[in-house]
Order: sequence, then C-alpha cells, then structure tokens
Amino acid sequence: MLDDIGVTVRQAGEEDAVGGVRPRWVALPESVEEVAALLRACAERDLAVVPAGGGTKLHWGSPPERCDVLLDMCCMNEILEHAAGDLVVRTQAGVTMDALAATLAEQGQELALDPPFTEHTTVGGTLATATAGPRAFRYGTARDLLIGITVVLPDGTIAKSGGKVVKNVAGYDLGKLFTGSQGTLGVIAEATFRLHPLPADRRWVTAELDRAEVAPIAAALAASQAEPSAVEVDRPDPDGPIALAVLVEGAEAETRALALRELVGKGSVTAERPPWWGLIQRDEVLVEVRFPTSGTEAVLDAAAGTGFALRGSPVTGRVLLESWRPVGEEELAAAVSGLRAKVEAAGGRVNVLAAPYAGVERWGQVSGLPLMRRVKERFDPGRMMSPGRFLGGI
Amino acid sequence: MLDTLTAALRSLLPHDSVITDPVRLRTYECDGLTYHRATPGVVVLPDTADQVARVVRLCNDFAVPFVARGSGTGLSGGALPREDGVLIVTSKMRRILEIDLDNRRAVVEPGVTNLAITEAVRDRGHYYAPDPSSQQICSIGGNVAENSGGAHCLKYGFTVNHVEACEIVTPDGDLVTLDRMDPGYDLLGAFIGSEGTLGIATKITVRLSRTPESVVTVLAAFENIEQGGKAVSAIIGAGIVPAAIEMMDALAIEAAEAAVACSYPAGAGAVLIVELDGPEAEVRRQFARLQEICSAAFELRVAADAAERAAIWKGRKSAFAAVGRISPAYIVQDGVVPRTALPGVLAAIDRLSHEHHIRVANVFHAGDGNLHPLVLFDDAEPGAGERAEVVSGAILDLCIEHGGSITGEHGVGVDKSRYMPRMFSEDDLDTMQLVRCAFDPRGLSNPGKVFPTPRLCGEVPGVRKGVHPLVESGKAEQF
Ligand SMILES: Cc1cc2nc3c(=O)[nH]c(=O)nc-3n(C[C@H](O)[C@H](O)[C@H](O)COP(=O)(O)OP(=O)(O)OC[C@H]3O[C@@H](n4cnc5c(N)ncnc54)[C@H](O)[C@@H]3O)c2cc1C
Ligand SMILES: Cc1cc2nc3c(=O)[nH]c(=O)nc-3n(C[C@H](O)[C@H](O)[C@H](O)COP(=O)(O)OP(=O)(O)OC[C@H]3O[C@@H](n4cnc5c(N)ncnc54)[C@H](O)[C@@H]3O)c2cc1C
Repeated sequence: MLDDIGVTVRQAGEEDAVGGVRPRWVALPESVEEVAALLRACAERDLAVVPAGGGTKLHWGSPPERCDVLLDMCCMNEILEHAAGDLVVRTQAGVTMDALAATLAEQGQELALDPPFTEHTTVGGTLATATAGPRAFRYGTARDLLIGITVVLPDGTIAKSGGKVVKNVAGYDLGKLFTGSQGTLGVIAEATFRLHPLPADRRWVTAELDRAEVAPIAAALAASQAEPSAVEVDRPDPDGPIALAVLVEGAEAETRALALRELVGKGSVTAERPPWWGLIQRDEVLVEVRFPTSGTEAVLDAAAGTGFALRGSPVTGRVLLESWRPVGEEELAAAVSGLRAKVEAAGGRVNVLAAPYAGVERWGQVSGLPLMRRVKERFDPGRMMSPGRFLGGI
Repeated sequence: MLDTLTAALRSLLPHDSVITDPVRLRTYECDGLTYHRATPGVVVLPDTADQVARVVRLCNDFAVPFVARGSGTGLSGGALPREDGVLIVTSKMRRILEIDLDNRRAVVEPGVTNLAITEAVRDRGHYYAPDPSSQQICSIGGNVAENSGGAHCLKYGFTVNHVEACEIVTPDGDLVTLDRMDPGYDLLGAFIGSEGTLGIATKITVRLSRTPESVVTVLAAFENIEQGGKAVSAIIGAGIVPAAIEMMDALAIEAAEAAVACSYPAGAGAVLIVELDGPEAEVRRQFARLQEICSAAFELRVAADAAERAAIWKGRKSAFAAVGRISPAYIVQDGVVPRTALPGVLAAIDRLSHEHHIRVANVFHAGDGNLHPLVLFDDAEPGAGERAEVVSGAILDLCIEHGGSITGEHGVGVDKSRYMPRMFSEDDLDTMQLVRCAFDPRGLSNPGKVFPTPRLCGEVPGVRKGVHPLVESGKAEQF
C-alpha cells in the first residue's frame, strides 16, 4: 500500500506498538521531501501516523485512537550547519542529542538543554515533548532556544518559520506552536537553535534539607547575586530528607559556589554532578507539577501525601513525581485528584505525563483548550497525526 | 454600518470613551511610521478587559474590523487604523495590578508603559529586562504584540522570554488566559509577536529580574568600522555573552553629537558600547578579557558610575531621533543578518549608498546582527524619497540573501508585508495563515497587517458553522 512512494517502509512488529496500539508499517524517510511524500500518501489513503524519534517517550500521553504508520525519524540524522561564529546550529530532527552535543563541544559550544538520556533521544522528540531540565532557570526551555523550524503538515506541505538569526520577528512563530505539540500537528523535520559557549567551569553545592527549609532557601538562592544556573531538589522517600543541589557555571564558579553554600548554611561544594541530577528514572507513571514558587511548601506537602518520589526545581516551579512501586489505576486517579486540588489552590497545575490507564484525568482545566482544538482542526482536519494523544482528545 | 455600531458603542461605554470628533480622530491616524496614515472610523478607550471584550463582540456583530493601539510608537504601521473600523486604544488601562516579588512577577494592564514596570520595582532590586529604546512611552501590550527587544536582549532575550501569561480577548470576543504553566499547545508563544492579529492582550503577567550585582559599561572608539566589527567577533569568540554590544558608525555619531552632545571620542570611525553584567567576580574577569580584545581601540572609556553610564548610552539611545539634526527626512530600517555576515553587509550598504547618492547612518545591535540603518534624504529634493526607498528596500534584500530577517524587532505591520514573500514561501505563509484562521476565522483582528493578501479561511470539517454563540449573546445583551 505504501511501496510506491519512494520511502523505505517495513512491516511493523509488536515492539513498534505505541501505547499498546500496533501500527501496520514503520516508515523510514531520509529527507524532508520523503517525509512530505509519505504524509501525502498517508493522507490520500486515510492512514494515521505517529512520529517517533528515539522512541524513549512513546508511551507518554494517551494511546493514539489509531496508528497505521510509525514514522521513524532515525534516518534524518544529519547536522546541517554549525555556524560557530554565530552561535547557531541547524539540524535534522532525527539527530540524537548526544551526537549534537559532541559536535558542538568541538567548538566549545552547547545547546543549553540538558536531557540526560542523550544516546537515544532525538532533537525532534525533545522538542515535541518540551520537557524542561534543571538549567531552564537560567536558559529557559526548548521553546526559548529554538530560533527556526521546518515542519511537514499532515497533507505533506513543507513549511518553515523563523530562520537562522537569533533576533527575528517576521511572521508567526510556528516553532513555539510545535514545541510541546506531542506529534499532533505535524512532523518536526529540522530545527535551528541558539547556542551558548560551554561554561568555563562548574560547581554544585549540595546539602540535605528538611521539608520546611526548602522554600526559604530556594527563594534566597534564586535572588542571590552569585547567579546559580539551576537549583534542584530530590526526595526519593516522601518521609525522608531532601537533597538539594545548586549549580553554578562560568568564571569563578568555586568562589560563587562557596558564597551560595554560605546562603544555604550547610553542605559542600563539588565538581561532581549529583547522580540524580535532572534524571527521570521511572516513567511508567510520571506526574508533573508546575507552580508559582510561592507554592513550594504546599506542593512539597501535597506531594508527600501521594507517596511518590519527587524531583525538580523549587526556583522554576516544576517538579516531577515518580513511583518506585507499581501504582494501580484507582490509586493513581485518587492521588492525582487529591494533589490537583491542593496544587491548584496554590496557583499550580498537575499533569499526568505518563500512565498506562485510561481512567486517569491527565490534564487539568485549561482556559485555552477551545483555541487549541481550533488550531488542531486547522492543521490536521483529517485527524491523521497522533490522534487522541494530547489533552482534550487532541 | 459604522454609525449603528457607534451608537451601540456609546450605549456600552462611558461618554468620553468613544471618540468620533474628526479632529480628535486624526491624532490616531498613524503610529511611529508616519507615512502611512488613515483616519479611524471610530476610536474607543475601554477601561476594562470586559469592555474590550464587549467592543470586540460588537465588531463581530457588525462584521467590522478592529485594530488595537497602545502608545503608537510602533515603527511598522502595525497600529495603522481602518477607516471602516474601530481603533481600540489601551491608554486608560494603565494599572499595575499586582507586584509579587516572591514569585518575581508583576501583573499589569496592557497600557502600562514598559519603563513604569521597572520603576515600580527598582528600589526593591528588580527590573523588567526587555528595554526597547522607546521604553518611556511604549506600552507593554504593544511590546507583547511586537515581541519587542532592546539593547539588552543579546543576553536576556525578548518580550516572549519574559512574559508568563496573558489574558486576551480573542477575535470572537472571548476572554481567554494563556499561561506558560498550562499544558497543551504554546499559544502564548504564538500570540506574542502576532502584531494584534490574533486578539487583544488585556492583562499581562511579566517576569521580573534581579538587578545584577555588577555592571560595567565600556565605550570603545575605533578608527573604522572594520576594527569595531573584528572586536565584536573576538568578544563572542572568547565565550563572553555581554548584556549588550551596540555599534554606531561615523555618521550616526555625528548625528548624536549634534543632537545630544554625547561627546564620544573625536575622530572615531565607529564606536562600540559593550555592557557586561552579572556576578562581580565574573564581570571583573570578563572585563579584563575585553580590554585585551579591544586593544585596537584608540580610546576606551569605562563608566565609573550610573551618571557616566547614562552618558555613554545617551548617544546610542537618541540615535534615531538624532539623525533629524543632519537630515530633513529619514527612513528607520530594521533588518537582521547572521553576525558573521556583518562586515560584508556593511560594505554592501556602503556601495548602495554611493550608487544612489543617499547617505546611510548605521546604528546596530552588533551582538545579534540586528541592523538599524537610517536612510537619510531630503524630501524637498525631487526623486530623493524614491531613491531612499530603493536603498532601504535593497538593504532588506541583502538581509534575506545572507539568511537573515526583514525585521528583528519593529515588526512587519503594513510596511513590510510585501517583503514577506521574499523571505517565506507561499506554503510557509499559508501555514502561518492556519494559525490566523484558528484564532480569527472572520479576519477582523487587525486585517491587512503582517501578511500580503491572505487567503480566506473557509470552513474546516468539524469546525462550528454559522454565527458564534457569543455573537448571539452579545447581540442579546445589546438590543
Ligand atoms: C532537559 C531535559 C531533561 C530530561 N530528563 C529526562 C530523564 O532524565 N529521563 C528521561 O527518560 N527523559 C528525560 N527527558 C525527556 C526526554 O529526553 C525527551 O522526552 C526525549 O527527548 C524524547 O525523545 P525521543 O527521540 O525518544 O522521542 P520519542 O519518544 O520517539 O517521541 C516522543 C514524542 O514526540 C513525538 N515526536 C518525536 N519526534 C518527533 C518529530 N520529529 N516531529 C513531531 N513529533 C515527534 C512522538 O510522537 C512522541 O509523542 C528530558 C528532557 C529534557 C529536555
Ligand atoms: C524612538 C523609538 C525607538 C524604538 N526602539 C525600539 C527598540 O529598541 N526595540 C523594539 O523592539 N522596538 C523599538 N521601537 C518600536 C516600538 O516602540 C515597539 O514596537 C513597541 O513595542 C510598540 O509599543 P506601542 O505601545 O507604542 O504599540 P503601538 O504602536 O500602539 O502598536 C504596535 C502593534 O501592537 C498592537 N497592539 C498594541 N496594543 C496591543 C494589545 N494590548 N494587544 C494586542 N495588540 C496590541 C497594535 O495593533 C500594533 O500592531 C522604537 C520606536 C521608537 C519610536
């Protein structure tokens, strides 16, 4: 059915399933034009498509309503242009974050996002999931570092926005729209990012805190003139102590780290990254909590009640909850609704990023949902792209 | 049509909030780009978000277009009114609603000026980072619409990086909040920079930044622009990200000197303003490195205090208006090239200038390749305006040729919509139009801006047909 369009296609197997839905084919396009040809052919034949990067997060979100073709971006793995003098890189979406980092490091530069499982995770998958890491406190998230994008729409149209200059306000910013779109608007084919020089040096201040200490210390760190790049906490056991780690980057990192240690009032300074830094270790069930930082204490309390492990940032107001043991559907639903009530009262949001259950309300109320539906209807009127995977049945 | 609408507006808003007097209407006929003019059909000055929403719903009832206007400092004709439409001016919506330093945020109405936010928090060690040169007057709503930058956006980014949430009135008249914390599509990111074509911002939550511990401002004078350009490359190459790197050429310096007597070093072919900020230890080290890099400069001034810093910035910040002192008329251009292409592009601009006998003063954000060539001409001389137009347009072509952009911060507006097809393909523009159609299927929100002859939206399967229920309810309320 798809063998006449000039794109490599193989029969799908059990291991290609997305959230339990097994596609019929896996397509392996090698260029933007091939992605376009494939999507056009799928549109003509009414086949639903789910894009895949490294496949590390395909179980996130709801299972697709249908999935005929898994579009594997692995062959689109070329770094197209690294303009070191301009601190800009343009790359195909299938490039792994690891390969990208290695190329950039040769010129003493980096893309200041810090996804750790870089061996498999791709540029496209990182953009489509828009997960934020520790250094978002200083550098912002993927949407803040993306300056240009090329996408392929479900009907095969190839479109770009932005460009390869950092400053650019010509036209709508499709990059923002596709960042975090979870594969539901189209395929991200190429991306251009703003880069940063690799920091001259880095240090972590680490300390163990009680729950009540976290909010005031985090506030002091955030306001500190020593400019930390990230402040993270880790609480593997809800009743146990909380590990704090503060990252300082740049010139005089040691001196500035010592100043921050004074602020914390205890702990040590190390050049060693804490083993848990920025990691998601179990994401069978994964809950994200976002909140204004004044709600830190309320969030820590509310999260303790769920029994889940907590990790994230009290200065950007984003933590992830993981479970070290299996959680049943009803238990999760109850935990999430309890958590949501408390977090929303503190001005925050609770999102279930991953859960193998249909009966859990994954997303809270969103004022912009009707507009989001209209965006989806315009971009994907045939509901071909990852249908049903995103909030509100998008 | 407009008469009936005006009557309805009068029953909705206080008397002094609806302007129809032709003389007063004319004060709104243009923004900072004065050669595009139109007298608005009617002007309204709503006081609340709810009033904005009602006005927009009325516009929907009558299928009349509307245009938002903040302070009217825009330089691309974005706030150019429609003779057949309503101009919605936010100048009464000037309240700072909340300052929340615990969360490093402020919640403001759209008419609040950019500088007013910083002034409200400065004594508590904070500021609002994006700082367009027009910051004393321009509104935060206009900043959101244009995704405005400023001299310091090299290190700190643009409006879009500093806005946490916006309450908007959609083109159908619904009040919706777009929040960075929300899951789903990043509609906030799409809205910012949409130049008033996706709705009207009625409440904006901005992020506040901590005033840096240390700021060092340096003025380096070079014999020529090439030396200045080399210094810029060397600074970036050394891994330094200054808060700002600004450059002015001899003609721009001459103008600034005439206008504000900034006393930049005499005989400079180019000056570079470099501002370093951050933790004191880091700034000290970067400054030492900067001195080495600028060894070709024949003079290096370092501001000793805030007054000296202001003196250094004075020449730069007044540059646009200053060229008025050396030329009867001028065009302010705004284009971007990759920073490494700057030397070649500047040389090409010089050639254009000679070829057409039109002087060009160059002022630019050198760190990010954002050029602001000021194209000077005498409007009394026959044909000079046309020649200036040719040079100005050719500069944009240069930007596109070098992989840059036709606008870095002033927006497309009416002025540059015709250049959009040179930078983007038809498919690119049609795809952007999908966003427009999702927000504004009837094309009533600031039509005719940004995009050249946009296509009609048409129906999409599954999309609501006929009159919007809110239009109906708006009607029911009105009549
Ligand atoms: C700073 C940071 C820290 C992180 N920390 C961790 C961590 O510790 N542990 C961890 O497991 N993960 C972590 N993540 C998340 C993880 O790295 C990303 O979600 C990952 O990049 C997904 O990449 P992938 O290629 O495996 O995507 P996939 O799993 O293949 O796809 C993920 C989603 O994106 C869509 N998609 C993929 N490619 C495209 C494309 N080209 N166009 C459109 N849609 C597409 C898919 O349809 C799917 O919905 C982190 C991410 C960041 C940014
Ligand atoms: C001397 C001078 C220096 C300048 N320097 C800079 C600079 O350094 N950097 C820079 O980026 N710009 C600069 N500008 C351009 C201009 O000041 C900015 O674009 C500014 O953001 C416009 O704000 P405003 O309130 O004047 O908006 P207006 O001119 O009134 O409107 C601009 C656009 O915004 C829309 N709009 C206004 N309010 C709203 C709202 N509430 N909701 C939705 N849309 C709205 C309008 O429809 C229009 O399209 C400069 C202008 C001048 C005159």
